[in-house]
Amino acid sequence: MESQRCKGMRDLLRKDMACFRHIEDAFRTCCTRWGYQEVRTPTLEYLHLFTATGTLTPSKLNKTYSFLDWDGWSGERVVLRPDGTIPVARLYINNLSEYEIAKLFYVTNIFAFEETGRENRERWQCGAEFLGGVGLTADVEIISLAKEVVCKLGLNNIRLQLSHAGLMKALIKELNLSHGEEAKITDRVLDGDWQALMEAKTTKPELNRLLSPLLNLKGKSSDFLQNIKALCQQVSSDLKSSMEDFINITTLLDSLSCNYEIDIMAIRGFEYYTGVCFQLLADGKKIGGGGRYDNLIPLMGGGNVPACGFALYVDPIMGLLPLENKKRNACGILIRAEEPALEVAKTCFTLAQSLRETGHTVEVSFSEQKPDNYRWVISISRTEPDQFTIIDCKQQRQWNVASVAEILDILAK
Amino acid sequence: MKDQSEYIRLALPKGRLLSPTANLLKEITLNFRGYSDNTRRYRLRAAGFSHLLAKIFREKDIPIQVAIGNYDLGICGLDWVEELLARYPSSALVKISSLNYGEGGIYVVASHQTGISNIDELSARQSNWRVASEYPNLAQGFALNLRMKAFKIFPVWGAAEVYPPEDANLAILWAKDESEIETQGLIPLIKLLSVNASLIANRESLEKRDMNQILKCFSPKLVSKPRANTTVIVGLGRSNHVTFCPPEKARRIKLALPDGHQQLPAAQFLKQVGLDIYGYTTGALNRRPSTDLDWLGIKVIRPQDMPLQVANGNFDLAITGSDWLLEHLYRFPSSPVMKLLDLGFGKVKIVAAVSKDMPITNVDDLSSFIQSGKIALLRVASEYINIADKYLRDNYINPYKLIPTWGASEAFLPEDADLLIDNIQTGKTLAQHDLKVIDVLFESTACLIGSKDNVSPPDKKEKTEFLIQALRRGLL
Repeated sequence: MESQRCKGMRDLLRKDMACFRHIEDAFRTCCTRWGYQEVRTPTLEYLHLFTATGTLTPSKLNKTYSFLDWDGWSGERVVLRPDGTIPVARLYINNLSEYEIAKLFYVTNIFAFEETGRENRERWQCGAEFLGGVGLTADVEIISLAKEVVCKLGLNNIRLQLSHAGLMKALIKELNLSHGEEAKITDRVLDGDWQALMEAKTTKPELNRLLSPLLNLKGKSSDFLQNIKALCQQVSSDLKSSMEDFINITTLLDSLSCNYEIDIMAIRGFEYYTGVCFQLLADGKKIGGGGRYDNLIPLMGGGNVPACGFALYVDPIMGLLPLENKKRNACGILIRAEEPALEVAKTCFTLAQSLRETGHTVEVSFSEQKPDNYRWVISISRTEPDQFTIIDCKQQRQWNVASVAEILDILAK
Repeated sequence: MKDQSEYIRLALPKGRLLSPTANLLKEITLNFRGYSDNTRRYRLRAAGFSHLLAKIFREKDIPIQVAIGNYDLGICGLDWVEELLARYPSSALVKISSLNYGEGGIYVVASHQTGISNIDELSARQSNWRVASEYPNLAQGFALNLRMKAFKIFPVWGAAEVYPPEDANLAILWAKDESEIETQGLIPLIKLLSVNASLIANRESLEKRDMNQILKCFSPKLVSKPRANTTVIVGLGRSNHVTFCPPEKARRIKLALPDGHQQLPAAQFLKQVGLDIYGYTTGALNRRPSTDLDWLGIKVIRPQDMPLQVANGNFDLAITGSDWLLEHLYRFPSSPVMKLLDLGFGKVKIVAAVSKDMPITNVDDLSSFIQSGKIALLRVASEYINIADKYLRDNYINPYKLIPTWGASEAFLPEDADLLIDNIQTGKTLAQHDLKVIDVLFESTACLIGSKDNVSPPDKKEKTEFLIQALRRGLL
């Protein structure tokens, strides 16, 4: 039969959901221990939340699912949430703005049109946002939390890449381009085309000295940034302060023995980042990212609230966690009767209820199919509904009993 | 008779491009008899090319028909191709080449009263920009790329040039050149696209079918270097134009009157009730006709666009068809638009029709016909997509696919659609095209519409009521 599932959409099957819950549980546990609280935003948001400069890039916006709602006669478009952070920022502005600090986390799906339909158009994210989080300690908190979740999941070959959006923007500013040219280069860079920066002609030799190692080398400690800083002294104050910020963060990470590589090209697609940004990889696959976004909340009409956050991408992580296909109910109890006669069925359900109340997992079956994958099978005969046969499938033993108390005795042995 | 699939199918344009396209086809010896401005035929054959079939469509329908593979080749303006590709970039559509006629451009235009002096202001300003356009996909792409903070696109069926400044800040429209825009009292801000007539093909047809004989005919007329689609800043500062529209305050009540088929009966009706309107004649239509009532501002727009315009408060009153009111209310159930008066003229029936050859007589038959597996997916062509959608849902017809059209929907059957939801006056046109009615959905007449949300000051209310009463008298 031809599949009736929408293109680009994915069914999560039993083993997928077991894996999904495993990731979600690890994420929830870590976030809760760090003092973060869970929120959930709606699937529909207004398009205009995402269109202002400094939110999403045009190439991302062109992939949103946007449409007119049933009351959209005013032309106000809505979107299926294309991003996790902006809705949480909106939630904060609408509901929590009296709090200077809000540490929030969420598990959510986001939607982006992917042309071929071979990749997922609905993706799941586990994200955390530190709203009101100021300075390098908040940045390092977010990075450490993200890394802790990834480690707890037992992923292999984890890499942390660091970049800095403020530094990137200051570098582009240094080129002294016209407003239009600058916007064009920024868009290209955010779409991952860093060559644009190299192509831009600059008359400042200092800038070339800075660009070349920053784009081509991967630093492993704050010393790398200190070295580059030493190479050029005659740069703008914006560039200097971004560099200083980046150095301070990496120094603190060094002292916490947190391994990373400085890869300035590791950010893309998000215009809202303003400070340090990072990306996490496992076995070479991108599994998460985040950073500082101090301008987003002011831009959306909220107060002057700095913030940083991250999201882990559940779908690639699921691919990296080959969880064993657990045998269903291997330790559970099956109560079976071959015919659902009224009296027999009543006994089955009553018995099952009593056993569940004592903490057991119990299924009831009236089919003739041979039971499989159960530790215990309790049979009830049609002729004598108050007589039970209990079989221990593991030990290959059998008893005939006449009361719930006797059954509980045998289960407890 | 050959099987349909053996023919090379060519989609030809109606309207603006018809006569230059007919000239081109004559020159390249693809002579389609009956392809002329006053044609009543939709299906054409070319003398000497027994395997070539052509059908006439509205220009806007052609890229869609070619992309979905109903036609192998098509000729239409590049504007409609780009409009489709802006929303569906992976469409199976190949732009073969520009042709040497139908030049023009897609422009973003504003009124002098909008007070924009620089394109960057569009993104910098917080205002909620309203953009009217027949090209909603191009308009959305423009707004997103320009990083407009907040914007609303109003898709219109036509007459976009008449919306600014009162009913939209910007319009995105086709024009021959900048001077044409300027004569309409508007300022061209940006040329989004250079437009020519273009030869387009279905990707798969081009990959798999032998069409070389036809393409050879076209080859001497193809423009060797396809024009780049550039975004040219036209430049501003030519501010010495006459402002066409009177200041808004002077015209307190805003009335929309229909163009097209409804224009003549509407003009007669208004005359009959004693409302003299100057410039609302079929010969020389002024899109802003005047009256002796100095508080009444009138614009002539498409009846299809009126409910949305009234809902948004751009007009207080409008004369449209109850079909278009219903189409709007099915799409937006909470819209404040309501019928104030049934004006009685312009009576049409909205019907469901199929080809005479289809062995069914009513809608129940249609349902069982689909269930029997004789058609895998019912293709439904209609101008009224929301009415059609509701009708099909209400009658448990499943599965179906809607093909939105922009007029002349009867041409789609039987090759390109199975069911038609359309309006008829006498049913003659349907009979001419070998179609039969299987159901009448409802009757539609012209009506006066207004908004429930209209909380007007007393003097405005009084004047609106005066107009309604005047029109009501005509009904006695």
